[in-house]
Amino acid sequence: MSKDWPLWEVFVRARGGLDHRHAGSVHAPDAQLALRHARDTYTRRLEGVSLWVVKSTDIIASDPAHAEEMFEPAADKVYRHPTFYDLPDAVKHM
Amino acid sequence: MYTTELDKNAARQAPALSLEDSELLAAFEARVANDEFIEPKDWMPEAYRRTLTRQISQHAHSEIVGMLPEGNWLTRAPSLSRKAILLAKIQDEGGHGLYLYCAAETLGTSREEMIDALHQGKAKYSTIFNYPSLNWADIGAIGWLVDGAAIMNQVPLQRTSYGPYARAMIRVCKEESFHQRQGYDLLLAMVNGTPAQKAMAQDALNRWWWPSIMMFGPPDDNSPNSAQSIRWRIKRETNDELRQKFVDATVPQAELLGLTVPDPDLKWNEERGHYDFGDINWEEFYAVVRGEGPVAKERMKARRKAWDEGAWVRAAADAHEAKQSRKRAAA
Repeated sequence: MSKDWPLWEVFVRARGGLDHRHAGSVHAPDAQLALRHARDTYTRRLEGVSLWVVKSTDIIASDPAHAEEMFEPAADKVYRHPTFYDLPDAVKHM
Repeated sequence: MYTTELDKNAARQAPALSLEDSELLAAFEARVANDEFIEPKDWMPEAYRRTLTRQISQHAHSEIVGMLPEGNWLTRAPSLSRKAILLAKIQDEGGHGLYLYCAAETLGTSREEMIDALHQGKAKYSTIFNYPSLNWADIGAIGWLVDGAAIMNQVPLQRTSYGPYARAMIRVCKEESFHQRQGYDLLLAMVNGTPAQKAMAQDALNRWWWPSIMMFGPPDDNSPNSAQSIRWRIKRETNDELRQKFVDATVPQAELLGLTVPDPDLKWNEERGHYDFGDINWEEFYAVVRGEGPVAKERMKARRKAWDEGAWVRAAADAHEAKQSRKRAAA
């Protein structure tokens, strides 16, 4: 019987100019080993040029059960989208 | 690699539902029916959580145990190139196990619990790995047939209703095609070699064919959880549908190798547009599920040995971490 090492979330930047994207997670005793495990687990085929690891317990997530009240305020603000504005055809490319 | 639902009774007890739960259940069922993905923090019925925990952890165990029959041949690969390929494939299997353990952990069971269950012989893994790999051509047959069957099963799992499982499957499927192709490539080299080499390839096919088509699990009329799993969109196709697809895809590949599938009843059925094939020995399948496979004991022994002999590495990593945090605290 052993104790699980802490869980780390792994983010991979596929190539320069792109965001780091969540790829998965690894268990590791410390940050350096988490990086090594992340490399072996998620970049065996040149999937990345940069890695982030973050302790899973350090991530604060919103509650999906409250997704409605969390995101609903954006639903009735259609004027935030450019297509809301009906402009004369004479105004080209705006 | 892949596993099927092996523990047939676990998902059947339905606990009494409170009014609130039945509303949540109805909302859940509607989401699933609408092809939405379920994520770890979403409400889900206990039976869904249990079924998935079992299926994903069995799948993970299968990847890990699946390294053993191939590892057996690493030091005896006939060339450096074949050795490097086999090593890369085995490393992938380890990686697949890790993706899957992570997905299973999001359902609330720890890695430690899952690995302990495997090592104590309480967890199932795919029956296929309890057959021995006897000659070098077996490595080709495993890639071609076992990974081929795995792909057939895993492709629809990329759209399984549980998000973390689906995402793990997308990653696995991307890598699995290499496994099947290297196996077929290996067998091509053998069938074009000496008569003895070709005979080894035929021998490997003879031994791996039936266990491979058993990998899809029991027939639909004896697979009580299938209907529930399909309703919850955990599975997308039934065991028999997937098995037929695999046979249809694989028989022409065997012909191309100039090898004979060891089934006298195998015949193209023009009317059905599928191959008919002979009866599967389900007694053998259930015996292997019960742990009576030819090398079941050796597999678990090798697995526990690897775990125990790696204990000092894990202990050293822990000690290093403890030392570093003491230093940080003192600074």
